Amino acid sequence: MTSVSYPYQLSASKVRAEFFRLLPISLFVVAFGAAFGLAAMQKGLEPLQALLMSATVFAGASQFAAVDMWGGEVSLLPVIAVVFAINSRHLLMGASLYPMLRDMSPGRRYSLLLLLTDANWAVSAQEYQRGTRNLEVILGGGLAIWMAWIIGTWLGVYFGGLLQNPKSLGLDMVLGCFLLAMALGGKKSPRTLVAWTVAAVSSLAAWKWLPPNMHVVIGALAGGAIGFFWLEKKPDEHAKEGSS
Amino acid sequence: MTIETTTLGTLALIAIITAVTVVTRFGGVFLMSFVTISPRIESFINTMASSVLIAIIVPMAFSGDVGSVAALLATAAVMLATKKPLPSIAAGIAAAGFVRYAGFA
Repeated sequence: MTSVSYPYQLSASKVRAEFFRLLPISLFVVAFGAAFGLAAMQKGLEPLQALLMSATVFAGASQFAAVDMWGGEVSLLPVIAVVFAINSRHLLMGASLYPMLRDMSPGRRYSLLLLLTDANWAVSAQEYQRGTRNLEVILGGGLAIWMAWIIGTWLGVYFGGLLQNPKSLGLDMVLGCFLLAMALGGKKSPRTLVAWTVAAVSSLAAWKWLPPNMHVVIGALAGGAIGFFWLEKKPDEHAKEGSS
Repeated sequence: MTIETTTLGTLALIAIITAVTVVTRFGGVFLMSFVTISPRIESFINTMASSVLIAIIVPMAFSGDVGSVAALLATAAVMLATKKPLPSIAAGIAAAGFVRYAGFA
């Protein structure tokens, strides 16, 4: 453990650029936040409590699920289980960024992960596949989304009635469309297509037959297994990465 | 075990939900720090990364209404044609809105 050096340095200008890059998507996040704020009010949370939850938890789907279980009393274990299951994809998303994150000091590494969401992760992971290292999008893009989520929650708490039915505007599909665009924008090789097929089939099977919210992890691990057993031959890749 | 949603109870619940989420945010990276990244592990990680997306989207399409499916199809079509994310997403949302407005869903 003598003098470990961490070569990955965040560039401030790139962080700023990534903030503005994810700003358009953040507008949609405001709409989702508003829907959450409204739902939280209807379930009896105080405005400040809803805002606090959005600021600290910062994971939309699990917040909706948690608020859905709200009442005069809340059973602890079911809430923990549901929140963990919905957010367990973060485990895999974080792991997939590890080859980049390990080049950063542990303090920064874990601070950055507090801002990890589907959207900024998808950008970073896709760029990494193409050989670009981009952790700035986790910080800059994550801040844009975090602010949008809080502003949205605030709007929903106080003006929620204005957005009774975000579904009729197609707003429930923003994240799905975004993630699909990211997937299709990535590198496609025969190996990837086989992995995607396996991921699709196993996530559907898990969705149908296993307890709720397990399908993302099951599908992703099944797809990853294809990569584990089927290595792509790229001799120049090792030369570039050095001896690790 | 249950927690009453008094002011203090709610704060405790929010703290617990936050902690669980932070565990998922940190956990994967923490565990990876004990793993030696061989080419095989790297290949696993890379394939898993794009499989996460598929594993989110496909069940979404199957559990959703006609509007959701239209949104994903429109996004895929525009993305494959233009390779530009923002127009693709806009097309997807517009498709969902249109299909639902037209009453197919």
